[in-house]
Amino acid sequence: MQLTLWTYEGPPHVGAMRIATAMTGVHYVLHAPQGDTYADLLFTMIERRDRRPPVTYTTFQARDLGGDTAELFKTAARDAVERFRPEVLLVGASCTGELIQDNPEGLTRGLDVPVIALDLPSYQRKENWGASETFYQLVRRFAAGRPLPREGRQPCCNILGPTALGFRHRDDVREIESLLGRLGVAVNVVAPLSASPADLARLGEADFNIVLYPEIADTAAQYLQKQFGQPRVKTVPIGVAATREFVAEVAALAGLSAAECERNSNLPWYSRSVDANYLTGKRVFIFGDATHAIAAARVAVKELGFELVGLGTYSREYARDVRQAAASYGLEALISDDYLDVEARIAATEPELVLGTQMERHICKRLGIPCAVISAPVHVQDFPARFSPQMGFEGANVLFDSWVHPLMMGLEEHLLAMFREDSEFAEGAAPSHLGVGAMPLTEEAPAGADVLVVEDAQWDAEAEKQLKRIPIFVRGKARRNTEAFARERGLASISLQTLYDARAHYAR
Amino acid sequence: MSAVVARPPSGCDAPPILRERGQREVFCGLTGIVWLHRRIQDAFFLVVGSRTCAHLLQSAAGVMIFAEPRFATAIIEERDLAGRADMDDELDRVVGRLLERRPDIRMLFLVGSCPSEVIKLDLSRAAARLTRQFLPQTRVLSYSGSGIETTFTQGEDACLASLVPELPGSDAKQLLVAGALPDAVEAEFAGLFAQAGVGPVRFLPPRRATELPAVGPGTTLILAQPFLTETTRLLEGRGARLVTAPFPIGAEGTTLWLQAAALAMGADAARVEAAMAPGIARAKAGVARHRPMLEGRRIFFFPDSQLEIPLARFLSRELGMELVEVGTPYLNRQHLAGEFELLPSNTQISEGQDVDRQLDRCRAAAPDLVVCGLGLANPLEAEGLATKWSIELLFSPIHGFEQAGDLAGLFTRPLRRRAVLEV
Ligand code: SF4
Ligand code: SF4
Repeated sequence: MQLTLWTYEGPPHVGAMRIATAMTGVHYVLHAPQGDTYADLLFTMIERRDRRPPVTYTTFQARDLGGDTAELFKTAARDAVERFRPEVLLVGASCTGELIQDNPEGLTRGLDVPVIALDLPSYQRKENWGASETFYQLVRRFAAGRPLPREGRQPCCNILGPTALGFRHRDDVREIESLLGRLGVAVNVVAPLSASPADLARLGEADFNIVLYPEIADTAAQYLQKQFGQPRVKTVPIGVAATREFVAEVAALAGLSAAECERNSNLPWYSRSVDANYLTGKRVFIFGDATHAIAAARVAVKELGFELVGLGTYSREYARDVRQAAASYGLEALISDDYLDVEARIAATEPELVLGTQMERHICKRLGIPCAVISAPVHVQDFPARFSPQMGFEGANVLFDSWVHPLMMGLEEHLLAMFREDSEFAEGAAPSHLGVGAMPLTEEAPAGADVLVVEDAQWDAEAEKQLKRIPIFVRGKARRNTEAFARERGLASISLQTLYDARAHYAR
Repeated sequence: MSAVVARPPSGCDAPPILRERGQREVFCGLTGIVWLHRRIQDAFFLVVGSRTCAHLLQSAAGVMIFAEPRFATAIIEERDLAGRADMDDELDRVVGRLLERRPDIRMLFLVGSCPSEVIKLDLSRAAARLTRQFLPQTRVLSYSGSGIETTFTQGEDACLASLVPELPGSDAKQLLVAGALPDAVEAEFAGLFAQAGVGPVRFLPPRRATELPAVGPGTTLILAQPFLTETTRLLEGRGARLVTAPFPIGAEGTTLWLQAAALAMGADAARVEAAMAPGIARAKAGVARHRPMLEGRRIFFFPDSQLEIPLARFLSRELGMELVEVGTPYLNRQHLAGEFELLPSNTQISEGQDVDRQLDRCRAAAPDLVVCGLGLANPLEAEGLATKWSIELLFSPIHGFEQAGDLAGLFTRPLRRRAVLEV
């Protein structure tokens, strides 16, 4: 048993729903009790979908157990086929359905529609795995076709991975399609988002595959590579450098020149402009699904000049990749789906910015740390009305804006430091662009956080007073550095002299 | 699926109740935790279930994720099912860790789920064992909020029912109001009863687990919520006398409810009238403001909270709305008897659900307003129907005189919004 306050991923059948809901012509009959219908609201409320997910729940009750549940499943499947006329029927069980062992596959024999029985072990696996497995099963069943001769046509590819309820999937697809268009690469099929089973039957016609979300589509892409000889583009185009690599990889597979796409992001110039100087060395903590976390780390360090103080993921399936990435920054990765672990690690590393999921956003609200969301799990505000991709050159612009915005603007920070003693610029004033509701920034660890403060050296009054004069945004760092300096030297107290010495020491 | 026709609730001209058994689109009883944990402030709710249960709770709790919540899920894993771990030991370990982290918890509910029910995990035995271990600091109780046994608000019924055996006994004369109410509403009722000379009045659930009300032959019981079948049965078993009345929703419902309770307590009728008069006047004025927008408009209820019948009665009698269909997951005919008398005799009531067929009926009827759950609201809006999310009716204070105007406002808001928008 695992004690869980909040979960990063839903059960695997929710992953299957993300595939079914993304596609057309698919219906999913789920052997599940009534409460499991809550999953509909993820799509209709969080993503504001204008249609119900294509899911029929059998909603069996206690009185049905031991006899009638199989019949209930048959009726539900028959009614669903009659009413929705899908091109393919997915059948499966949720956690409770799995326990009553009704064998959904056997119960759908004789239906006049292709049926795929999903075996998604609810007590072992989670949402992303369920999505990946479902997409793989669909691809296996339907993928067909072979590329036309190359002469006299554009190179073409499939885009794999975008789903319903995906973090910015809709916008990423649009951005990547337009990037490919500029490169002269045609898009054969985008799947699962907006694809029908008939579209999957054309997957084999593409020259290669682009895997935007490995957590969802890597298994299917591996299958396509084996079965159809389609190579896959593995670089995930998040950030300027990764997008350039992506373009180069695509261009190589397509036999094209990539020169056209070089100057399409504002990020490099914005990052070099003097105002961005203050971003240097900002301490950032990153947590999310593996793909987004690894990509965010690269952008944060190499394109914005932040200092990475933590990197982690809840995707155990991709733990190795994240560990490797963390090690390359000299860190140990946090691999956990326990919200309390993540909270403790954030509190302990004292970041100035957290790039995380909706869970981290809530942790940060509590701890008073600025935060931007980079990965699922999502909430309604992760589906903005405007075009807001994470991928491609436009995506890089979005990253710059949305990660830098929660921090104090450069000029404003300097003004604050200069006018610190004026009452308008009182201690802990929040950046004005964060609005009245913004949490004031405080150096102290918030009440209730499980932070261990090791008081090894005492600050004397004078040093403490001087510390207070250091702008709040760098004060935490000054305090930490000075204490480390004192610790290394075995000092029992920190005087003004220690503070200056430490500053000189770290300035070298 | 099957639609069975049952006898009408009252009168021979009433259309038969439509009883349906098909796909339900209603939460399970676990959802009640979302409001119950806020009511009983030193209680913790530990669901023993699956990742689905944990995901349901967090999706239903939505925006309330800020603080460390007083609910959690002990997720059953493969090794528990395969017998590689002893479930009792596992549960003890999880509870131990929890109570160590939260020493402020005075009452812990182990909440059963579908998986725990299907594998026949005996939570009541576990609760007894853990109570012995953790008393006097913490009492451990259990109930089931599983979707195979409880629908949405029935989870509150199961929770309160689990409290009944814990209540101290007393023969003293008192009024017991059962059903979780927001603070403001509880305060309003307590004030009105005091003015009417009715007392002492106790509420179930109490604010704090350590302040359980007593029950016994001197207890007059009145229900503030229409979904407390099991709780009522157990309270009656402990000697309480149930007074049935319409539920305290709207000016009329609140008046009849207060009167019934006060008179059963032997209060002086004139004093009761006097106590209620200002509240009635305010409620009527509050409701009247919204009437022009709702009068003659047609409303359709999908089944959700079991509050549908009292709400339909309020909307039809005080706001002049026309009831197209009133769906409810479950009807307690005895508790709703007072409501049935007030409903227009031609009201089409449906019990249970077959969601696709009900959607067909709803589309065909093209009502002016649809009350439904969150899974259906946006799809219906996209089809051009105005909707009111039913869950808001559970999370907002709607009972009593002072809330009557706001309650009416919950129904006019979607219509006012449509009137305002030009895009
Ligand atoms: S219906 Fe059952 S399995 Fe589903 S969330 Fe509710 S208790 Fe858990
Ligand atoms: S309002 Fe916002 S953008 Fe303007 S100076 Fe302040 S922080 Fe910068």
